[in-house]
Amino acid sequence: MFFNFLDELRAAGINASLKEHLILLEALDKDAIERTPEQFYYLSRSVFVKDEGMLDRFDQVFNKVFKGLLTEYGTNPQEIPADWLRAVAEKFLTPEEMAKIESLGSWDEIMETLKKRLEEQQERHEGGNKWIGTGGTSPFGHSGYNPEGVRIGGESKHKRALKVWEKREFQNLDNTRELGTRNIKIALRRLRKFAREGAAEELDIKATIDGTARQGWLDIHMRPERRNAIKVLLFLDVGGSMDPFVKLVEELFSAATAEFKNLEFFYFHNCLYEGVWKDNKRRFSERTPTWEVLHKFPHDYKIVFVGDAAMSPYEITHPGGSVEHFNEEAGAVWMHRVTNTYPATVWLNPTPEAHWGYSQSTKVIKDLMNDRMFPLTLDGLEDAMRELTRKH
Amino acid sequence: MRFEGTKSYVATDDLKVAVNAAALLRRPLLVKGEPGTGKTVLAEEVAKALGAPLITWNIKSTTKAHQGLYEYDAVARLRDGQLGDERVHDIRNYIKKGKLWEAFESPVLPVLLIDEIDKADIEFPNDLLQELDRMSFDVYETHETITAKERPIIIITSNNEKELPDAFLRRCFFHYIKFPDRDTMQAIIDVHFPGIQKILVGKAMDIFYEVRDVPGLKKKPSTSELLDWLKLLLAEDMPLDVLQNKDPTKAIPPLHGALLKNEQDVMLFERLAFMARRQG
Repeated sequence: MFFNFLDELRAAGINASLKEHLILLEALDKDAIERTPEQFYYLSRSVFVKDEGMLDRFDQVFNKVFKGLLTEYGTNPQEIPADWLRAVAEKFLTPEEMAKIESLGSWDEIMETLKKRLEEQQERHEGGNKWIGTGGTSPFGHSGYNPEGVRIGGESKHKRALKVWEKREFQNLDNTRELGTRNIKIALRRLRKFAREGAAEELDIKATIDGTARQGWLDIHMRPERRNAIKVLLFLDVGGSMDPFVKLVEELFSAATAEFKNLEFFYFHNCLYEGVWKDNKRRFSERTPTWEVLHKFPHDYKIVFVGDAAMSPYEITHPGGSVEHFNEEAGAVWMHRVTNTYPATVWLNPTPEAHWGYSQSTKVIKDLMNDRMFPLTLDGLEDAMRELTRKH
Repeated sequence: MRFEGTKSYVATDDLKVAVNAAALLRRPLLVKGEPGTGKTVLAEEVAKALGAPLITWNIKSTTKAHQGLYEYDAVARLRDGQLGDERVHDIRNYIKKGKLWEAFESPVLPVLLIDEIDKADIEFPNDLLQELDRMSFDVYETHETITAKERPIIIITSNNEKELPDAFLRRCFFHYIKFPDRDTMQAIIDVHFPGIQKILVGKAMDIFYEVRDVPGLKKKPSTSELLDWLKLLLAEDMPLDVLQNKDPTKAIPPLHGALLKNEQDVMLFERLAFMARRQG
């Protein structure tokens, strides 16, 4: 039962499984709903869709699978039934016929006539030029020709009995994420260094036994809970060639901010120079000198660069090479300073690893980073995190 | 036993189907939606409608899954041991029951609300999989197995701060409370302020939906904010013409503090008003 539905859902990228399918059947078996299409739609939606971003896609699939089966239901006699309007044939019109149609009247008159016709008309109608139907020259209905015609159907201003799933109310929530933030978070979890900080809340059994044995009376010791004490400094390349990767970097960024309590970030463009910034709108007015960053954050911070490293090699190797301003010192000098200050440094590159060989600047950056450049994929992220946690 | 909404809660059709299916199959219902659309209230109302006691488990960032089952207070036992208290011989005196245990043992069928599950650590839902699936768990200290007399109705809310694992989601019914349209909103207001002036509500709703449509708002006002704002307007006895005043140079609605909760949003409105003044 409904296997077709399940297949279609999976084909549309909704992560439905046998488990959900069985739940749906169980619910139907136990009469959880009244037997109407609306209720069935609500039930299957609540079983199969677990992410509001997928609701719109679900509506589309539901429409596709059940459309032919459900058209009879819910068509109120006062409203225009959809099957009258199904396109069957397009009638090609001669100029005389067009003139005849134009003579029928103005917009208001057409609307007025439409109302009357609706009251008269009782059944489906095709062709002809008076009744509402498809492929005719009457101004009412669709797929016909009439300059003053009223389009009746999905796009019409006239109210049709739109079913809930046809409304597609969740349209703007759909987001196709290939690398979910959850996956990124799991990869980032590698970068954990637990330390006991804060209020003492946990019983320290070892110290308590120790203390009790030493003192001769019960000597309870408490200790703070273990928390992730890793500190991360993120440098993000923005603008220009990074634009195609904005989404990916955003996801990494949102996963990182949720995962690490001690996270600081700065932006740069193409290569690191003497200034970085925190707000892209004010990148020229509110810059932080890179020296200040190097002095402010202790050496145990883990540094993560995110950038495609695609630029002219001069932008790295020569003073004054920057495309945006005149830099007194070459980008390479600044990269050296960072790698010397912070032993744990990696560069994440969103371009696929296979393409790195074609870009000279990528090779230069990779050399500057002592080969610690990783692709921005789940595997690459895991390798990068492993590199950062290595003993330095 | 069917949930049809209550006198003080307007439930849409899709919500009713989701709640009833979850209650019938006794599977957790996961509710998401914008803050302020009545996720937590839903559990209270379901409990009220079904005449069941409500057990609430509020999740915080430090909450661990086992705290919902039970906690063993070793420190108290050690202290009692030192003082020679009789209670010390029975380990059961030091086991504190968690909310899930409470729900499993409840004499009448309860509604268990697990509020804001996304606040906890990313592994938290996975740690509860077995317990929610089998509705039973083991107590290692006493070698007991606690099994639910009757599977409780479980409602879980999430604000989408963290994504939940697939295995967990597969076991739940899901409902996304979308922001109410005008008709539903009207019904909600009627429930909360019976006998309120129709014109006042109409004007207030115009302003409210306009505010929501302003692009770039950090925090869009939601149902609970609209209700608060109406309450304020009523309390202040705001004359109707203040609301009717369509002067764009005064873009900030009266008593905006109830609607706009973010100083950047207030700034945005002030800027809009300023621009309107300059143009005019």
